[in-house]
Amino acid sequence: MTREIAVTDQLSRAFQALADPTRRDLVARLAADGDASVGDLAAPYDVTVQAVSKHVKVLEEAGLVSRSRDAQRRPVHLEAEVLDLMTKWIERYRQQAEERFSRLDAVLAAMDEDQQDNESEEGAAS
Amino acid sequence: MTTQHQNQTQIEAVPDLPVIRIIREFEAPPERVFRAFVDPELFAQWCGPRSIDTRVERWDARTGGEWRYTASREADDLTMGFWGSFHEVRPAERIVQTWAFDGDPDGVSLETMTFEELDGGRCRVTSQSVVESMEIRDQMLRSGMETGVREGYEQLDELLEGER
Repeated sequence: MTREIAVTDQLSRAFQALADPTRRDLVARLAADGDASVGDLAAPYDVTVQAVSKHVKVLEEAGLVSRSRDAQRRPVHLEAEVLDLMTKWIERYRQQAEERFSRLDAVLAAMDEDQQDNESEEGAAS
Repeated sequence: MTTQHQNQTQIEAVPDLPVIRIIREFEAPPERVFRAFVDPELFAQWCGPRSIDTRVERWDARTGGEWRYTASREADDLTMGFWGSFHEVRPAERIVQTWAFDGDPDGVSLETMTFEELDGGRCRVTSQSVVESMEIRDQMLRSGMETGVREGYEQLDELLEGER
């Protein structure tokens, strides 16, 4: 149970971290181009390296990226598993909605039969 | 009565807005899908799982009308009320309603549903819920996961196994 809470806390932090468009962009670039130093990441933006460094720190705290301790440049590495986890989190919610709509499918099918018993249908015109 | 596997529910959580969008297509024209949303007897048939008894207490599906239903599960003696108003009901096109539930009476959300006609007598329903904060949105998304945990989905067990 504690572990489940830990997982959902991590997801909350990940969602919060990605609420910022710059941080989403950083994650997208890391996903496309692989590991990069903070300097590389900051290059295309009109902001200071320090500002980008702050964003990276938020992503790091959310578990979305990690930085190696040894290398001099300390490249930023995307932790793809956390993104997977977020996708799965939403997937669970989606499944719930899907179950609900499957029941609606059944109701609609039953209405269809009723309608054909009672009246002739005139297509989908309103 | 066949299951329409191609009509998969899509969920969109806009990253920086407290919004959840749910999109789903149905094998029925907008008029009929709309009716399943506004007719209380039909609505009660699909809004909750079989194990939940849905009782519609107030239902005035017109612009400016109100609604309330309770959902109870006999197994754990739990009853929860949901209520709100129908801000706008535009036949076969659009329903705008507010949502609140007994567990969090201050947490009201606004849901806009649109019914879009598709070829072949089909319909696409888009439901957009605006909640009060990012935290509440995340809680809503998480509630799906917690149900998943309770019901013991295999996938989640595997996922948690994989967590260090």
